[in-house]
Amino acid sequence: MSAIRFEDVWKEYGDHIVLERITMEVEPRAFIALVGPSGCGKTTLLRMLLGEEQPSRGKILVDGKVLPGEPDADRGVVFQRYSVFPHLTVLQNVMLGRELRDAKLTARLFGAARRAARDEAMTLLAEVGLAGQESKYPSALSGGMQQRLALAQAIMRGPKILLLDEPFGALDPGIRADIHLLMKRLWNETRLTVVMVTHDLSEAFGLATRVIALERQRNRPEERERYGATVSRDLEIFPRRTANAGPAGHSAPIGTTRSGKEHQPGRPGALVLKEQS
Amino acid sequence: MRLVNIRPGRQVRFYLLALPFLLVAIAYFLGSSARLAQNPNDKLLPALPSMVQSVKQMAFEVDPRTGNYLMLSDTVASLGRLGSALAISTVAALVLGIVIGLLPGANALLGPFVSVTSMVPPLALLPILFIVMGLGENSKVALIVIGTLPCMIRDLAMKVQELPREQIIKAQTLGASTWQIALRVAAPQTLPRLIDVLRLQLGPAWLFLIAAEAIASDSGLGYRIFLVRRYLAMDVIIPYVVWITLLAFTVDFGLRVLQRRLFPWFASVRAE
Repeated sequence: MSAIRFEDVWKEYGDHIVLERITMEVEPRAFIALVGPSGCGKTTLLRMLLGEEQPSRGKILVDGKVLPGEPDADRGVVFQRYSVFPHLTVLQNVMLGRELRDAKLTARLFGAARRAARDEAMTLLAEVGLAGQESKYPSALSGGMQQRLALAQAIMRGPKILLLDEPFGALDPGIRADIHLLMKRLWNETRLTVVMVTHDLSEAFGLATRVIALERQRNRPEERERYGATVSRDLEIFPRRTANAGPAGHSAPIGTTRSGKEHQPGRPGALVLKEQS
Repeated sequence: MRLVNIRPGRQVRFYLLALPFLLVAIAYFLGSSARLAQNPNDKLLPALPSMVQSVKQMAFEVDPRTGNYLMLSDTVASLGRLGSALAISTVAALVLGIVIGLLPGANALLGPFVSVTSMVPPLALLPILFIVMGLGENSKVALIVIGTLPCMIRDLAMKVQELPREQIIKAQTLGASTWQIALRVAAPQTLPRLIDVLRLQLGPAWLFLIAAEAIASDSGLGYRIFLVRRYLAMDVIIPYVVWITLLAFTVDFGLRVLQRRLFPWFASVRAE
Protein backbone atom coordinates (compact mmCIF):
# COMPACT_ATOMS: atom_id res chain seq x y z
CA MET A 1 0.00 0.00 0.00
CA SER A 2 2.19 2.74 -1.28
CA ALA A 3 1.95 5.73 -3.55
CA ILE A 4 4.44 5.85 -6.40
CA ARG A 5 5.50 9.01 -8.18
CA PHE A 6 7.52 9.28 -11.37
CA GLU A 7 9.08 12.70 -11.82
CA ASP A 8 10.26 13.27 -15.37
CA VAL A 9 12.02 9.92 -15.57
CA TRP A 10 14.30 9.14 -18.52
CA LYS A 11 16.20 5.99 -19.25
CA GLU A 12 19.06 5.99 -21.71
CA TYR A 13 21.59 3.33 -22.64
CA GLY A 14 24.46 5.31 -24.11
CA ASP A 15 22.97 7.20 -27.04
CA HIS A 16 19.88 5.09 -27.10
CA ILE A 17 16.91 6.65 -25.35
CA VAL A 18 14.45 4.02 -24.17
CA LEU A 19 12.05 6.03 -22.04
CA GLU A 20 11.54 9.76 -21.82
CA ARG A 21 9.43 12.24 -19.92
CA ILE A 22 7.66 9.69 -17.74
CA THR A 23 5.70 11.66 -15.20
CA MET A 24 2.85 10.06 -13.39
CA GLU A 25 1.35 9.47 -10.03
CA VAL A 26 0.12 6.12 -8.81
CA GLU A 27 -2.24 6.25 -5.88
CA PRO A 28 -1.92 3.74 -3.04
CA ARG A 29 -3.82 0.51 -3.59
CA ALA A 30 -3.95 1.01 -7.36
CA PHE A 31 -3.61 -1.87 -9.81
CA ILE A 32 -1.68 -0.46 -12.75
CA ALA A 33 -1.35 -2.32 -16.02
CA LEU A 34 1.52 -1.20 -18.25
CA VAL A 35 0.85 -2.04 -21.88
CA GLY A 36 2.53 -1.22 -25.15
CA PRO A 37 4.24 -2.80 -28.15
CA SER A 38 7.36 -4.94 -27.66
CA GLY A 39 10.49 -2.96 -27.04
CA CYS A 40 8.67 0.12 -25.77
CA GLY A 41 10.36 -0.04 -22.42
CA LYS A 42 7.60 -1.31 -20.17
CA THR A 43 9.87 -3.91 -18.64
CA THR A 44 12.59 -1.29 -18.27
CA LEU A 45 10.14 0.86 -16.35
CA LEU A 46 9.32 -2.08 -14.10
CA ARG A 47 13.01 -2.81 -13.55
CA MET A 48 13.54 0.77 -12.45
CA LEU A 49 10.68 0.41 -10.00
CA LEU A 50 12.29 -2.77 -8.79
CA GLY A 51 15.61 -1.02 -8.27
CA GLU A 52 17.40 -3.34 -10.66
CA GLU A 53 18.06 -0.36 -12.93
CA GLN A 54 18.38 3.34 -12.17
CA PRO A 55 16.73 6.15 -14.11
CA SER A 56 19.20 8.20 -16.15
CA ARG A 57 17.32 11.38 -15.27
CA GLY A 58 14.48 12.24 -12.98
CA LYS A 59 13.46 10.26 -9.94
CA ILE A 60 11.00 7.73 -8.69
CA LEU A 61 9.45 8.33 -5.30
CA VAL A 62 7.63 5.80 -3.16
CA ASP A 63 5.61 7.34 -0.36
CA GLY A 64 7.57 10.55 -0.89
CA LYS A 65 10.98 8.91 -0.54
CA VAL A 66 13.44 8.33 -3.37
CA LEU A 67 13.59 4.68 -4.31
CA PRO A 68 16.63 2.85 -2.92
CA GLY A 69 19.10 1.82 -5.61
CA GLU A 70 18.58 -1.90 -5.18
CA PRO A 71 15.68 -4.31 -4.75
CA ASP A 72 14.35 -4.73 -1.22
CA ALA A 73 11.55 -6.41 0.67
CA ASP A 74 9.15 -3.50 0.13
CA ARG A 75 8.75 -4.46 -3.50
CA GLY A 76 7.80 -8.01 -4.33
CA VAL A 77 8.12 -9.35 -7.83
CA VAL A 78 6.83 -12.15 -10.03
CA PHE A 79 8.59 -12.72 -13.33
CA GLN A 80 7.34 -14.72 -16.26
CA ARG A 81 9.99 -17.38 -15.55
CA TYR A 82 12.54 -18.24 -12.87
CA SER A 83 10.44 -16.65 -10.15
CA VAL A 84 10.67 -19.57 -7.77
CA PHE A 85 13.72 -21.42 -6.56
CA PRO A 86 14.11 -24.82 -8.21
CA HIS A 87 16.10 -26.29 -5.30
CA LEU A 88 13.40 -25.62 -2.72
CA THR A 89 10.11 -27.43 -2.34
CA VAL A 90 6.85 -25.54 -2.63
CA LEU A 91 6.63 -25.08 1.12
CA GLN A 92 10.30 -24.08 1.44
CA ASN A 93 9.83 -21.54 -1.33
CA VAL A 94 7.00 -19.86 0.53
CA MET A 95 8.74 -19.98 3.89
CA LEU A 96 11.97 -18.54 2.51
CA GLY A 97 10.89 -14.92 2.86
CA ARG A 98 10.09 -15.41 6.53
CA GLU A 99 13.35 -17.23 7.17
CA LEU A 100 15.35 -14.49 5.48
CA ARG A 101 13.59 -11.87 7.58
CA ASP A 102 13.84 -13.54 10.96
CA ALA A 103 17.16 -15.37 10.81
CA LYS A 104 19.75 -12.95 9.52
CA LEU A 105 22.71 -15.25 10.03
CA THR A 106 21.50 -18.76 9.32
CA ALA A 107 18.50 -17.84 7.13
CA ARG A 108 16.76 -20.84 8.67
CA LEU A 109 14.13 -21.09 11.35
CA PHE A 110 13.88 -23.76 14.03
CA GLY A 111 11.40 -24.87 16.63
CA ALA A 112 8.36 -22.74 17.39
CA ALA A 113 9.28 -19.97 14.94
CA ARG A 114 9.56 -22.57 12.21
CA ARG A 115 6.20 -24.11 13.05
CA ALA A 116 4.55 -20.69 13.04
CA ALA A 117 6.05 -19.81 9.65
CA ARG A 118 5.09 -23.23 8.36
CA ASP A 119 1.48 -22.85 9.45
CA GLU A 120 1.25 -19.45 7.86
CA ALA A 121 2.80 -20.72 4.66
CA MET A 122 0.38 -23.66 4.55
CA THR A 123 -2.58 -21.30 4.94
CA LEU A 124 -1.29 -19.11 2.15
CA LEU A 125 -0.66 -22.13 -0.07
CA ALA A 126 -4.22 -23.31 0.49
CA GLU A 127 -5.42 -19.84 -0.39
CA VAL A 128 -3.65 -19.82 -3.74
CA GLY A 129 -4.86 -23.34 -4.51
CA LEU A 130 -1.67 -25.27 -3.87
CA ALA A 131 -2.82 -27.35 -0.91
CA GLY A 132 -1.36 -30.84 -1.11
CA GLN A 133 1.60 -29.77 -3.24
CA GLU A 134 3.82 -28.64 -0.35
CA SER A 135 6.58 -31.18 -0.71
CA LYS A 136 6.90 -31.07 -4.49
CA TYR A 137 9.68 -29.28 -6.29
CA PRO A 138 8.61 -26.48 -8.63
CA SER A 139 9.66 -28.45 -11.71
CA ALA A 140 6.88 -30.93 -10.88
CA LEU A 141 4.29 -28.16 -11.05
CA SER A 142 2.52 -26.85 -14.13
CA GLY A 143 3.26 -23.33 -15.34
CA GLY A 144 0.11 -21.96 -13.75
CA MET A 145 0.88 -23.58 -10.42
CA GLN A 146 4.43 -22.22 -10.50
CA GLN A 147 3.06 -18.71 -10.91
CA ARG A 148 0.62 -19.28 -8.06
CA LEU A 149 3.57 -20.35 -5.98
CA ALA A 150 5.52 -17.27 -7.03
CA LEU A 151 2.60 -15.07 -5.96
CA ALA A 152 2.34 -16.83 -2.60
CA GLN A 153 6.09 -16.55 -2.09
CA ALA A 154 6.07 -12.82 -2.81
CA ILE A 155 3.02 -12.13 -0.64
CA MET A 156 4.38 -14.13 2.31
CA ARG A 157 7.08 -11.49 2.75
CA GLY A 158 4.43 -8.74 2.95
CA PRO A 159 5.62 -6.25 0.33
CA LYS A 160 3.97 -2.87 -0.11
CA ILE A 161 4.21 -2.97 -3.86
CA LEU A 162 3.88 -6.04 -6.04
CA LEU A 163 5.53 -5.90 -9.46
CA LEU A 164 4.45 -8.37 -12.10
CA ASP A 165 6.46 -8.79 -15.30
CA GLU A 166 4.17 -10.53 -17.79
CA PRO A 167 3.44 -13.07 -15.10
CA PHE A 168 0.71 -14.93 -16.92
CA GLY A 169 2.01 -14.50 -20.47
CA ALA A 170 3.11 -18.11 -20.89
CA LEU A 171 -0.07 -19.72 -19.56
CA ASP A 172 -2.97 -21.37 -21.39
CA PRO A 173 -6.13 -19.26 -21.64
CA GLY A 174 -8.14 -21.39 -19.22
CA ILE A 175 -5.42 -21.45 -16.60
CA ARG A 176 -4.89 -17.77 -17.12
CA ALA A 177 -8.55 -17.04 -16.35
CA ASP A 178 -8.26 -18.96 -13.09
CA ILE A 179 -5.14 -17.18 -12.04
CA HIS A 180 -6.73 -13.82 -12.93
CA LEU A 181 -9.44 -14.57 -10.39
CA LEU A 182 -6.76 -15.39 -7.84
CA MET A 183 -4.89 -12.21 -8.66
CA LYS A 184 -8.03 -10.10 -8.15
CA ARG A 185 -8.67 -11.78 -4.86
CA LEU A 186 -5.12 -11.29 -3.64
CA TRP A 187 -5.22 -7.66 -4.61
CA ASN A 188 -8.45 -7.30 -2.67
CA GLU A 189 -7.39 -9.14 0.42
CA THR A 190 -3.86 -7.85 0.80
CA ARG A 191 -2.96 -4.20 0.94
CA LEU A 192 -0.89 -4.06 -2.18
CA THR A 193 -0.22 -1.53 -4.85
CA VAL A 194 0.24 -3.62 -8.00
CA VAL A 195 2.12 -2.72 -11.17
CA MET A 196 1.79 -5.31 -13.92
CA VAL A 197 3.49 -5.36 -17.30
CA THR A 198 1.45 -7.23 -19.87
CA HIS A 199 0.95 -7.41 -23.59
CA ASP A 200 -2.51 -8.86 -23.19
CA LEU A 201 -4.97 -5.98 -23.37
CA SER A 202 -7.93 -7.97 -22.13
CA GLU A 203 -5.88 -8.96 -19.11
CA ALA A 204 -4.93 -5.33 -18.57
CA PHE A 205 -8.51 -4.09 -18.75
CA GLY A 206 -9.85 -7.10 -16.87
CA LEU A 207 -7.64 -6.72 -13.81
CA ALA A 208 -6.34 -3.19 -13.50
CA THR A 209 -7.80 -0.04 -12.03
CA ARG A 210 -5.80 1.96 -14.51
CA VAL A 211 -4.18 1.06 -17.80
CA ILE A 212 -1.11 2.97 -18.90
CA ALA A 213 0.10 2.63 -22.46
CA LEU A 214 3.72 3.34 -23.35
CA GLU A 215 4.52 4.16 -26.94
CA ARG A 216 7.21 5.74 -29.06
CA GLN A 217 5.98 9.01 -30.46
CA ARG A 218 8.44 8.92 -33.32
CA ASN A 219 9.15 5.72 -35.08
CA ARG A 220 11.10 6.56 -38.24
CA PRO A 221 14.29 4.47 -38.38
CA GLU A 222 16.57 7.51 -38.10
CA GLU A 223 14.61 8.79 -35.12
CA ARG A 224 14.21 5.56 -33.21
CA GLU A 225 17.41 5.79 -31.22
CA ARG A 226 17.00 9.35 -30.10
CA TYR A 227 13.36 9.36 -29.11
CA GLY A 228 12.20 7.09 -26.33
CA ALA A 229 8.77 5.82 -25.47
CA THR A 230 6.57 7.78 -23.15
CA VAL A 231 3.10 7.52 -21.64
CA SER A 232 0.73 7.80 -24.57
CA ARG A 233 -2.50 6.89 -22.84
CA ASP A 234 -3.54 6.81 -19.24
CA LEU A 235 -6.94 5.20 -18.87
CA GLU A 236 -8.87 4.92 -15.67
CA ILE A 237 -11.05 1.84 -15.80
CA PHE A 238 -14.69 2.77 -15.56
CA PRO A 239 -16.73 1.97 -13.59
CA ARG A 240 -14.06 2.48 -11.07
CA ARG A 241 -12.58 -0.58 -9.37
CA THR A 242 -11.66 -0.25 -5.75
CA ALA A 243 -10.17 -2.76 -3.42
CA ASN A 244 -12.57 -3.41 -0.59
CA ALA A 245 -10.10 -4.54 2.01
CA GLY A 246 -9.88 -2.11 4.87
CA PRO A 247 -6.99 -1.72 7.30
CA ALA A 248 -7.52 -5.32 8.37
CA GLY A 249 -7.23 -6.38 4.77
CA HIS A 250 -5.02 -9.37 5.31
CA SER A 251 -7.60 -11.15 7.42
CA ALA A 252 -10.44 -10.85 4.91
CA PRO A 253 -12.29 -14.13 4.61
CA ILE A 254 -10.83 -16.52 2.12
CA GLY A 255 -12.66 -16.91 -1.13
CA THR A 256 -14.52 -13.62 -1.08
CA THR A 257 -14.47 -11.64 -4.26
CA ARG A 258 -15.82 -8.20 -4.90
CA SER A 259 -19.35 -8.36 -6.17
CA GLY A 260 -21.03 -6.40 -8.89
CA LYS A 261 -18.02 -4.71 -10.38
CA GLU A 262 -16.31 -7.63 -12.04
CA HIS A 263 -14.96 -7.18 -15.51
CA GLN A 264 -17.03 -4.37 -16.90
CA PRO A 265 -16.34 -3.27 -20.43
CA GLY A 266 -13.95 -0.36 -20.62
CA ARG A 267 -14.92 3.13 -21.66
CA PRO A 268 -14.63 4.22 -25.30
CA GLY A 269 -10.98 5.19 -24.93
CA ALA A 270 -10.19 1.61 -24.18
CA LEU A 271 -11.73 0.46 -27.41
CA VAL A 272 -9.72 2.94 -29.44
CA LEU A 273 -6.54 1.61 -27.95
CA LYS A 274 -7.57 -1.94 -28.65
CA GLU A 275 -8.07 -1.19 -32.32
CA GLN A 276 -4.70 0.46 -32.61
CA SER A 277 -2.62 -2.37 -31.36
CA MET B 1 14.36 -46.42 -40.97
CA ARG B 2 16.91 -43.66 -40.47
CA LEU B 3 19.82 -44.30 -38.13
CA VAL B 4 18.91 -41.23 -36.07
CA ASN B 5 15.61 -42.87 -35.19
CA ILE B 6 16.87 -46.30 -34.22
CA ARG B 7 16.99 -46.62 -30.45
CA PRO B 8 18.48 -49.79 -29.02
CA GLY B 9 16.39 -51.60 -26.44
CA ARG B 10 17.58 -52.50 -22.96
CA GLN B 11 19.12 -55.80 -23.89
CA VAL B 12 20.71 -54.58 -27.10
CA ARG B 13 22.14 -51.64 -25.23
CA PHE B 14 23.83 -53.99 -22.78
CA TYR B 15 25.44 -55.97 -25.61
CA LEU B 16 26.54 -52.77 -27.32
CA LEU B 17 28.04 -51.55 -24.08
CA ALA B 18 30.00 -54.76 -23.58
CA LEU B 19 31.21 -55.02 -27.18
CA PRO B 20 34.17 -52.58 -27.17
CA PHE B 21 35.48 -54.00 -23.88
CA LEU B 22 35.22 -57.50 -25.28
CA LEU B 23 36.96 -56.55 -28.52
CA VAL B 24 39.89 -54.99 -26.66
CA ALA B 25 40.21 -58.09 -24.46
CA ILE B 26 40.08 -60.42 -27.46
CA ALA B 27 42.68 -58.37 -29.35
CA TYR B 28 44.97 -58.43 -26.31
CA PHE B 29 44.74 -62.15 -25.74
CA LEU B 30 45.14 -62.96 -29.42
CA GLY B 31 48.28 -60.85 -29.52
CA SER B 32 49.48 -62.28 -26.24
CA SER B 33 49.09 -65.89 -27.27
CA ALA B 34 50.71 -65.21 -30.64
CA ARG B 35 53.79 -63.70 -28.97
CA LEU B 36 53.94 -66.36 -26.29
CA ALA B 37 53.74 -69.08 -28.95
CA GLN B 38 56.91 -67.67 -30.49
CA ASN B 39 58.72 -66.99 -27.22
CA PRO B 40 57.37 -68.46 -23.95
CA ASN B 41 59.50 -65.97 -21.95
CA ASP B 42 58.00 -62.89 -23.64
CA LYS B 43 57.22 -60.23 -21.03
CA LEU B 44 55.43 -57.67 -23.19
CA LEU B 45 51.95 -59.18 -23.36
CA PRO B 46 51.66 -61.61 -20.45
CA ALA B 47 48.94 -64.24 -20.46
CA LEU B 48 46.03 -64.13 -18.06
CA PRO B 49 47.37 -66.82 -15.65
CA SER B 50 50.64 -64.99 -15.08
CA MET B 51 48.75 -61.75 -14.36
CA VAL B 52 46.47 -63.59 -11.94
CA GLN B 53 49.56 -64.99 -10.26
CA SER B 54 51.05 -61.51 -9.90
CA VAL B 55 47.84 -60.04 -8.53
CA LYS B 56 47.68 -62.87 -6.03
CA GLN B 57 51.19 -62.09 -4.94
CA MET B 58 50.72 -58.33 -4.80
CA ALA B 59 47.28 -58.21 -3.28
CA PHE B 60 46.81 -61.26 -1.13
CA GLU B 61 50.27 -62.19 0.14
CA VAL B 62 52.21 -60.28 2.74
CA ASP B 63 55.31 -58.69 1.31
CA PRO B 64 58.20 -60.18 3.30
CA ARG B 65 60.26 -56.99 3.19
CA THR B 66 57.64 -54.49 4.40
CA GLY B 67 55.13 -56.79 6.08
CA ASN B 68 52.29 -55.20 4.08
CA TYR B 69 49.85 -56.26 1.43
CA LEU B 70 51.48 -54.16 -1.26
CA MET B 71 48.49 -53.46 -3.45
CA LEU B 72 46.44 -52.47 -0.41
CA SER B 73 49.09 -50.18 1.03
CA ASP B 74 49.69 -48.65 -2.41
CA THR B 75 45.98 -48.03 -2.84
CA VAL B 76 45.61 -46.51 0.62
CA ALA B 77 48.58 -44.22 0.05
CA SER B 78 47.35 -43.05 -3.35
CA LEU B 79 43.73 -42.58 -2.35
CA GLY B 80 44.84 -40.70 0.75
CA ARG B 81 46.78 -38.20 -1.34
CA LEU B 82 44.04 -37.93 -3.93
CA GLY B 83 41.30 -37.60 -1.32
CA SER B 84 42.97 -34.95 0.77
CA ALA B 85 43.96 -32.93 -2.31
CA LEU B 86 40.48 -33.10 -3.82
CA ALA B 87 38.91 -32.22 -0.48
CA ILE B 88 41.03 -29.07 -0.31
CA SER B 89 40.26 -28.23 -3.95
CA THR B 90 36.53 -28.83 -3.54
CA VAL B 91 36.06 -26.72 -0.43
CA ALA B 92 38.23 -23.90 -1.76
CA ALA B 93 36.52 -24.00 -5.16
CA LEU B 94 33.09 -23.88 -3.57
CA VAL B 95 33.89 -20.82 -1.48
CA LEU B 96 35.88 -18.93 -4.10
CA GLY B 97 33.56 -19.94 -6.94
CA ILE B 98 30.54 -18.53 -5.13
CA VAL B 99 32.38 -15.38 -4.09
CA ILE B 100 33.66 -14.72 -7.61
CA GLY B 101 30.41 -15.71 -9.29
CA LEU B 102 28.18 -13.70 -7.01
CA LEU B 103 30.18 -10.55 -6.33
CA PRO B 104 31.10 -8.41 -9.35
CA GLY B 105 33.90 -6.81 -7.32
CA ALA B 106 35.45 -10.15 -6.45
CA ASN B 107 35.11 -11.20 -10.06
CA ALA B 108 37.01 -8.11 -11.18
CA LEU B 109 39.68 -8.79 -8.58
CA LEU B 110 40.16 -12.54 -8.92
CA GLY B 111 38.51 -13.60 -12.19
CA PRO B 112 41.42 -12.77 -14.53
CA PHE B 113 43.95 -14.07 -11.99
CA VAL B 114 42.21 -17.42 -11.77
CA SER B 115 41.95 -17.62 -15.56
CA VAL B 116 45.68 -17.02 -15.92
CA THR B 117 46.70 -19.46 -13.19
CA SER B 118 44.49 -22.15 -14.68
CA MET B 119 46.72 -21.95 -17.78
CA VAL B 120 49.95 -22.66 -15.86
CA PRO B 121 51.00 -26.24 -16.66
CA PRO B 122 51.04 -27.85 -13.19
CA LEU B 123 53.68 -30.45 -14.02
CA ALA B 124 56.08 -27.65 -14.84
CA LEU B 125 55.63 -26.50 -11.27
CA LEU B 126 56.44 -29.91 -9.83
CA PRO B 127 60.21 -29.26 -9.52
CA ILE B 128 59.45 -26.02 -7.69
CA LEU B 129 57.14 -27.85 -5.32
CA PHE B 130 59.75 -30.50 -4.65
CA ILE B 131 62.35 -27.83 -3.98
CA VAL B 132 60.12 -25.74 -1.76
CA MET B 133 58.10 -28.39 0.04
CA GLY B 134 60.44 -31.35 -0.07
CA LEU B 135 59.70 -34.80 -1.39
CA GLY B 136 57.07 -35.71 1.21
CA GLU B 137 53.31 -35.93 1.01
CA ASN B 138 52.76 -32.16 0.92
CA SER B 139 54.30 -31.58 -2.46
CA LYS B 140 52.19 -34.33 -4.04
CA VAL B 141 48.98 -33.02 -2.52
CA ALA B 142 49.97 -29.50 -3.51
CA LEU B 143 50.52 -30.57 -7.11
CA ILE B 144 47.02 -32.03 -7.36
CA VAL B 145 45.50 -28.96 -5.72
CA ILE B 146 47.35 -26.61 -8.04
CA GLY B 147 46.42 -28.73 -11.01
CA THR B 148 42.70 -28.88 -10.26
CA LEU B 149 41.78 -25.84 -8.20
CA PRO B 150 41.98 -22.97 -10.72
CA CYS B 151 39.86 -24.85 -13.26
CA MET B 152 37.35 -25.77 -10.61
CA ILE B 153 37.06 -22.19 -9.38
CA ARG B 154 36.69 -20.91 -12.92
CA ASP B 155 34.02 -23.45 -13.86
CA LEU B 156 32.11 -23.00 -10.64
CA ALA B 157 32.13 -19.22 -10.81
CA MET B 158 30.72 -19.56 -14.30
CA LYS B 159 27.97 -21.85 -13.03
CA VAL B 160 27.06 -19.34 -10.34
CA GLN B 161 26.92 -16.59 -12.93
CA GLU B 162 24.63 -18.75 -15.02
CA LEU B 163 22.00 -18.78 -12.29
CA PRO B 164 19.07 -16.79 -13.68
CA ARG B 165 19.40 -13.12 -12.77
CA GLU B 166 15.73 -13.25 -11.79
CA GLN B 167 16.52 -15.54 -8.86
CA ILE B 168 19.05 -13.14 -7.38
CA ILE B 169 16.60 -10.26 -7.78
CA LYS B 170 13.78 -12.33 -6.36
CA ALA B 171 15.84 -13.21 -3.29
CA GLN B 172 16.50 -9.53 -2.71
CA THR B 173 12.80 -8.72 -2.91
CA LEU B 174 12.36 -11.33 -0.20
CA GLY B 175 14.77 -9.31 1.88
CA ALA B 176 17.90 -11.41 1.46
CA SER B 177 21.29 -9.92 2.27
CA THR B 178 24.35 -10.83 0.21
CA TRP B 179 25.29 -13.44 2.80
CA GLN B 180 21.79 -14.89 2.76
CA ILE B 181 21.74 -15.01 -1.04
CA ALA B 182 25.01 -16.93 -0.96
CA LEU B 183 23.75 -19.25 1.75
CA ARG B 184 20.24 -20.01 0.59
CA VAL B 185 20.25 -19.36 -3.16
CA ALA B 186 23.76 -19.68 -4.59
CA ALA B 187 25.39 -22.36 -2.42
CA PRO B 188 22.61 -24.99 -2.52
CA GLN B 189 22.31 -24.62 -6.27
CA THR B 190 26.07 -24.71 -6.72
CA LEU B 191 26.58 -27.97 -4.82
CA PRO B 192 25.23 -30.33 -7.50
CA ARG B 193 27.20 -28.40 -10.10
CA LEU B 194 30.26 -28.74 -7.89
CA ILE B 195 29.90 -32.50 -8.25
CA ASP B 196 29.91 -32.11 -12.04
CA VAL B 197 33.01 -29.95 -11.85
CA LEU B 198 34.71 -32.40 -9.51
CA ARG B 199 33.96 -35.31 -11.81
CA LEU B 200 35.56 -33.44 -14.70
CA GLN B 201 38.70 -32.86 -12.63
CA LEU B 202 39.08 -36.49 -11.53
CA GLY B 203 41.03 -37.32 -14.68
CA PRO B 204 43.62 -34.56 -14.26
CA ALA B 205 43.82 -35.31 -10.52
CA TRP B 206 44.80 -38.93 -11.20
CA LEU B 207 47.28 -37.78 -13.81
CA PHE B 208 49.04 -35.47 -11.36
CA LEU B 209 48.96 -38.11 -8.65
CA ILE B 210 50.61 -40.78 -10.78
CA ALA B 211 53.14 -38.27 -12.10
CA ALA B 212 54.15 -37.09 -8.63
CA GLU B 213 54.38 -40.65 -7.33
CA ALA B 214 56.41 -41.74 -10.32
CA ILE B 215 59.01 -39.06 -9.77
CA ALA B 216 59.55 -39.12 -6.03
CA SER B 217 57.76 -41.48 -3.69
CA ASP B 218 58.12 -44.69 -1.74
CA SER B 219 54.55 -45.87 -1.95
CA GLY B 220 51.45 -45.53 -4.08
CA LEU B 221 50.03 -47.00 -7.21
CA GLY B 222 52.04 -44.74 -9.49
CA TYR B 223 55.23 -45.49 -7.55
CA ARG B 224 54.68 -49.24 -7.94
CA ILE B 225 54.03 -49.07 -11.67
CA PHE B 226 57.16 -47.06 -12.31
CA LEU B 227 59.18 -49.26 -9.97
CA VAL B 228 58.33 -52.57 -11.66
CA ARG B 229 58.71 -50.95 -15.07
CA ARG B 230 62.46 -51.52 -14.60
CA TYR B 231 61.84 -55.26 -14.74
CA LEU B 232 59.42 -55.00 -17.64
CA ALA B 233 56.87 -56.51 -15.25
CA MET B 234 53.86 -56.05 -17.48
CA ASP B 235 52.08 -58.73 -15.45
CA VAL B 236 52.01 -56.22 -12.56
CA ILE B 237 51.63 -53.02 -14.54
CA ILE B 238 48.57 -54.10 -16.49
CA PRO B 239 46.54 -55.24 -13.45
CA TYR B 240 47.54 -52.01 -11.67
CA VAL B 241 46.33 -49.92 -14.58
CA VAL B 242 43.07 -51.86 -14.62
CA TRP B 243 42.76 -51.36 -10.88
CA ILE B 244 43.39 -47.60 -11.13
CA THR B 245 40.80 -47.35 -13.88
CA LEU B 246 38.35 -49.28 -11.77
CA LEU B 247 38.97 -46.99 -8.79
CA ALA B 248 38.55 -43.86 -10.88
CA PHE B 249 35.38 -45.20 -12.44
CA THR B 250 33.96 -46.15 -9.04
CA VAL B 251 34.62 -42.69 -7.62
CA ASP B 252 32.99 -41.11 -10.67
CA PHE B 253 30.01 -43.41 -10.46
CA GLY B 254 29.67 -42.76 -6.73
CA LEU B 255 29.64 -39.02 -7.31
CA ARG B 256 26.95 -39.41 -9.93
CA VAL B 257 24.79 -41.43 -7.56
CA LEU B 258 25.46 -38.94 -4.77
CA GLN B 259 24.34 -36.11 -7.00
CA ARG B 260 21.11 -37.87 -7.88
CA ARG B 261 20.35 -38.81 -4.28
CA LEU B 262 21.21 -35.51 -2.63
CA PHE B 263 19.78 -33.18 -5.25
CA PRO B 264 16.66 -34.75 -6.69
CA TRP B 265 15.58 -31.39 -8.11
CA PHE B 266 18.73 -30.99 -10.19
CA ALA B 267 17.92 -33.31 -13.08
CA SER B 268 15.01 -31.20 -14.29
CA VAL B 269 16.98 -27.97 -13.91
CA ARG B 270 19.77 -29.37 -16.03
CA ALA B 271 17.31 -30.62 -18.64
CA GLU B 272 16.08 -27.06 -19.25
